[in-house]
Amino acid sequence: MPNRPQPHFPEADTKHYWDGVKAGELRYQTCDACSKVNFTPTAHCQSCGSNALSWHVSKGEGSVYTYSVVRQNRIPGFVELGAYAVAYVDLDEGFRMLTNVVGTANPTTDISIGQRVRVEYEQQDSGEYPIPVFRPI
Amino acid sequence: MTQERKAAIAGIHEFPLRVAPGVSAMQIKAASLKAALNDAGLDWKDIDGLYDAGDGEGGGGLGLAAYLGLRPRVIDTTQVGGSSYEFHAAHALRDIAAGRVNVAITTYGSTAASNRIPIGTGGRGGGQSWSANMEGPYGSTLISNYAMVKQRHMFEYGTTTEQLAEISVATRKHAMRNPEAVKAMTDLQFVKVDEITVEDVLESRIVADPLHLLECCMVSDGGGACVFVSPEVARNIKKKPVWILGTGEATKYRENGGDITTSAAAQSGPPAFAQAGVSPAEIDIAMIYDSFTITVATCLEDLGFCKKGEIGQFIGDGHLAFDKPGLTLNTDGGGLSSNHPGMRGLFLLLEATRQLRGESTSQVPGAKLAVAHGNGGLLGGTHTGGTVILAAD
Ligand SMILES: [Zn+2]
Repeated sequence: MPNRPQPHFPEADTKHYWDGVKAGELRYQTCDACSKVNFTPTAHCQSCGSNALSWHVSKGEGSVYTYSVVRQNRIPGFVELGAYAVAYVDLDEGFRMLTNVVGTANPTTDISIGQRVRVEYEQQDSGEYPIPVFRPI
Repeated sequence: MTQERKAAIAGIHEFPLRVAPGVSAMQIKAASLKAALNDAGLDWKDIDGLYDAGDGEGGGGLGLAAYLGLRPRVIDTTQVGGSSYEFHAAHALRDIAAGRVNVAITTYGSTAASNRIPIGTGGRGGGQSWSANMEGPYGSTLISNYAMVKQRHMFEYGTTTEQLAEISVATRKHAMRNPEAVKAMTDLQFVKVDEITVEDVLESRIVADPLHLLECCMVSDGGGACVFVSPEVARNIKKKPVWILGTGEATKYRENGGDITTSAAAQSGPPAFAQAGVSPAEIDIAMIYDSFTITVATCLEDLGFCKKGEIGQFIGDGHLAFDKPGLTLNTDGGGLSSNHPGMRGLFLLLEATRQLRGESTSQVPGAKLAVAHGNGGLLGGTHTGGTVILAAD
């Protein structure tokens, strides 16, 4: 199993998000005051400052906004992975998250901007939290 | 428009070594300050303003004053990554114009090469924070952030590596004329210490797709210092003052639905040019933070040297090299080929000053106006932009 860095707690803003990941849900917020999508999760709306935020569960599908295939790194847990793709994925609900696109034979040629992807939860040797990553649909 | 001359750069120094084992970052800061004061003809006791990015072993407004033995009346520990020094110049202009300070300093020291700090290929630091929790699991390197900007820029505008490679080619040409840069590349064991071609860039290995090795800055030791003074002090310094005409500051970060190909420079540039009363077309020298080719490309667009997406054509028109007409870029050799100890924003101010004094090793005859634009943090992720417009006396 992969051995990615785990989230660390206590951390007040991101706990509910990661509890969701553990339950197989990709959670995000919208603002009750201005109706904007709020991501990454915070206790205040990053558009208007309101504290009236509602949680939702994403369908987990979106498009690759941009990506890079990392060929050289010195990060524990990634050195042994070989080339891997870091990406920003635009979820259909309107939020953008940093993630990895996995499951391609050759990430350099098999991933493209605009490509449709779906979330999956990758179990980790490093701890109890799986990590949400995306695979081409 | 009128150009107000309310503060000037009076003295500069760039620490000459890029590999300096056995020297601390704090010693680099102190030695550079002494040399910059000497360059200006000013003394230690003249300093009444301290600006510092908190680099070095125990730096910052608290620690550095104690280390140097200063009693400043204005203390500013603005730390916004590599553009911190453009922010310091902005704050010095503001504080000098307000009459609070007459001789302000900023210094920089780093032993990133000797300590083998993997600036570009290491991950984000550990720690327990909202951003670490959301980004830490994905193995995003510093370089991959910039690479994602290049990827999107190529997708949206058809920009090519061949076009961006000219940035590496021009800065290497300048570096080969700068003895300190040549020594840097030699000491850091570059495979080829010589001018390079577009083909060399294309054939260099990919570090983070689509960024090639020769599109990435080096990791070196280094440092330097800069002395900012009031117009009254500027009358009696050793060399001609270089005037700070205008400044701008901004941050940018991942936004839902945002445009990753536009940097903080789009916000920091316009107020700097407006305050200076000059337009991009009047600028002779562009000192742009060249952590990577794509940093220069996006910042030149955002500062208004060409429209968004048209950098490839702008470069194709023959700008960049000091011996060609048009805009001249990074005449010291830049981070790509002279030095990058982690936060190279200071060197942008230093080389712009050399050009406006007529002292550069790749001098543009009669250079009158320069822009120094620093980009701190991660282009494509959370970053800052600091723009400073400078004029010859
Ligand atoms: Zn809101």
